[in-house]
Amino acid sequence: MRVLAAMSGGVDSAVAAARAVEAGHDVVGVHMALNRSPGTLRTGSRGCCTIEDALDARRAADLLGIPFYVWDLSEDFVADVVEDFVAEYAAGRTPNPCVRCNERIKFAALLDKGIALGFDAVCTGHYARVLPGPRGPELHRAADDAKDQSYVLAVLDTDQVAHAMFPLGDAPSKERVRAEAAARGLPVAAKPDSHDICFIPDGDTRGFLADRLGEEPGQVVDADGAVLGTHTGTYGFTVGQRRGLGLTRPAPDGRPRYVLSIEPVRRTVVVGPAEALRVDGLSATDAVWSAPRPAGPVEVHVQVRAHGEPVPAVVEATAGDGLEVVLRSPLTGVAPGQTVAVYDGTRVLGSATVSATR
Amino acid sequence: MRTAYLDHASTAPTRPEAVAAWTERAGLVGNPSSLHSAGRRARSAVEEAREEVAAALGARAGELVWTSGGTEADNLAVKGLWWARRAQDPRRRRVLVSAAEHHAVLDPAEHLREHEGADVRLLPVDAAGRTDLDALAAELAQAPEEVALVSVMWANNEVGTVQPVAEVAALARAAGVPVHTDAVQAVGHLPVDFAAAGVDALSLSAHKFGGPVGAGALLLRRGTPLVPLLHGGGQELGARSGTLSAPAAAATAAALRAALSGQDAERERVAGLRDRLLAGLAERVDGVRVRGSLTDRLPGNAHVTIDGCEGDSLLYLLDAAGVECSTGSACQAGVPQPSHVLLAMGVPAEQARGALRFSLGWSSTQEDVDAALAAVGPAVERARRAAAGSSRAGRRRPAAVAS
Repeated sequence: MRVLAAMSGGVDSAVAAARAVEAGHDVVGVHMALNRSPGTLRTGSRGCCTIEDALDARRAADLLGIPFYVWDLSEDFVADVVEDFVAEYAAGRTPNPCVRCNERIKFAALLDKGIALGFDAVCTGHYARVLPGPRGPELHRAADDAKDQSYVLAVLDTDQVAHAMFPLGDAPSKERVRAEAAARGLPVAAKPDSHDICFIPDGDTRGFLADRLGEEPGQVVDADGAVLGTHTGTYGFTVGQRRGLGLTRPAPDGRPRYVLSIEPVRRTVVVGPAEALRVDGLSATDAVWSAPRPAGPVEVHVQVRAHGEPVPAVVEATAGDGLEVVLRSPLTGVAPGQTVAVYDGTRVLGSATVSATR
Repeated sequence: MRTAYLDHASTAPTRPEAVAAWTERAGLVGNPSSLHSAGRRARSAVEEAREEVAAALGARAGELVWTSGGTEADNLAVKGLWWARRAQDPRRRRVLVSAAEHHAVLDPAEHLREHEGADVRLLPVDAAGRTDLDALAAELAQAPEEVALVSVMWANNEVGTVQPVAEVAALARAAGVPVHTDAVQAVGHLPVDFAAAGVDALSLSAHKFGGPVGAGALLLRRGTPLVPLLHGGGQELGARSGTLSAPAAAATAAALRAALSGQDAERERVAGLRDRLLAGLAERVDGVRVRGSLTDRLPGNAHVTIDGCEGDSLLYLLDAAGVECSTGSACQAGVPQPSHVLLAMGVPAEQARGALRFSLGWSSTQEDVDAALAAVGPAVERARRAAAGSSRAGRRRPAAVAS
């Protein structure tokens, strides 16, 4: 196959590309330039897309003996990921930009361009597996549960999964991947993992949003509407948050309080006790299926965070790409905007975006 | 797979004569500044090369300053002239450079603007990339004593347009302003006569005419005040400190000698290949637009834009087909931007994105041209599909490809 290897400059994508080469594919490395004014140097584990990262990716590609290009996808990235992120927070929801990037950049803008140029698949360093099934390729969890990234890929549809290649899906651990990188002589073997959100290199999400949305002061209230404090913008909060609430009065019972809901129009943040975060059911929209869309209610597992535990649930696809979820075991602190990924065993069936919780 | 190397303007294949001269010197000990016999032998090699290169370009031996290449020569000229002229008269703040200069001239000028108060004026170019002499004359007409220097390249590295350097020099000299010209793309490819051109400083780079990478020179008119970039051992009459490289100097001279032997016939041969390439492109592909002057042009330059394509897609597809060329503007690792040269010529950004530069030279053959012409049609077709498919409006993936 002709394979387009997305190379971030990190260790995972470099080893993934190496494995694709070793498997006999015709591989070309591409670094996606997502930022029009990239920083020069990478600092620790924060951020990505610096010129140094692009050079690391190029060095890895040179060592693998594959062609390497930098493609400008910054326009798509800003429109589909960064602006979406800001708009979601402005609307009181909690988005996952990595999910959005996979859905609209890596397996859309990049894949589309690759297909048009004659490639058959996009290869990334994600920890997930594409396995052959009776009705075509299936998306599954990685062999290593600790590193599994199938959650952020659950947004891919059947066609996108068919064009995806994840050579690290059967890696036993990240340490083994690093050791493999070192054994292959890849200089990125010891490079720190990236954390946080790549387009917020200083890690200050609240500051990033404040720069774009401005101050929108409002009140922090309890479930009865009693005013407990003030804030400078609802976008600084997520459901389930405990720290940084800026409350002026302690709760009468002295127990900690958490963000229960965010109402951006009224600029109100509602807080309450931990038990009020309990969620027994979800409604979700924009469902995407890489498996056949389930007909009628089905017993599955769902996961609502990248590193969350899967819990048993019954899901039913409803009209207009809707999804209703009844949890067999309750979750806490689920925010609208989060992705709910649906699993049957290790297989990803699909996902949807949480719109309401019960 | 046979590859067609059509990227001479990036770097030309090293000529065998240069390799021979380099290897002959490379194993010999001797610092050209040393007084012992090993040093004297090395010095002789450097000085013979200096005399030969200077003479071939219409300069005196004492007017040649060896550098590490074209970028250093350009920096030395722009900053060195600026510092020297400012030291003489601090009112001299204006720097006049053409908008189509290489970054090795534009960026030093920009640095002087940002950090040293230079008033940098970009001289406009016409649709062919030719510097507007009226604009230069107008700049020089007002307070010429406040102009620090003028820098206009000999020939453009992207679109190949040859600049009216002698006219630029005449205007500047009449105003008493020193002139630098970046002749990196011209030396070895066009007749270059330093004295006859009337310029005060001229940059050249050995690897652009088949010499070694890491070697170049600044020709500097005798008596022109210049502040060095590199201070140290005082080599090159203090203009450029650093141990001189006898192998680099000898190889540079050998490459230039080879480039200039039979140069009229060779220029015609290369220009003939280039013209067949341009004609073939126009024949095979719709929406090909030749950029730069059709008459005053580097013999090996074939720069075009192709409507509806991204240059980076074309590069990938041609590379995969064994054809090595360039978009014309270098980009280290960041986001590729439309060329400042094309934008200065008034090319719309949309068309500038589809830039493709083939550059031919001493090793180029009809087979190379044929290979490029065979590859370009299918590459353009694919690149256009990719551009249409990834445009934000109406994105849709084609059906799954069986693997």
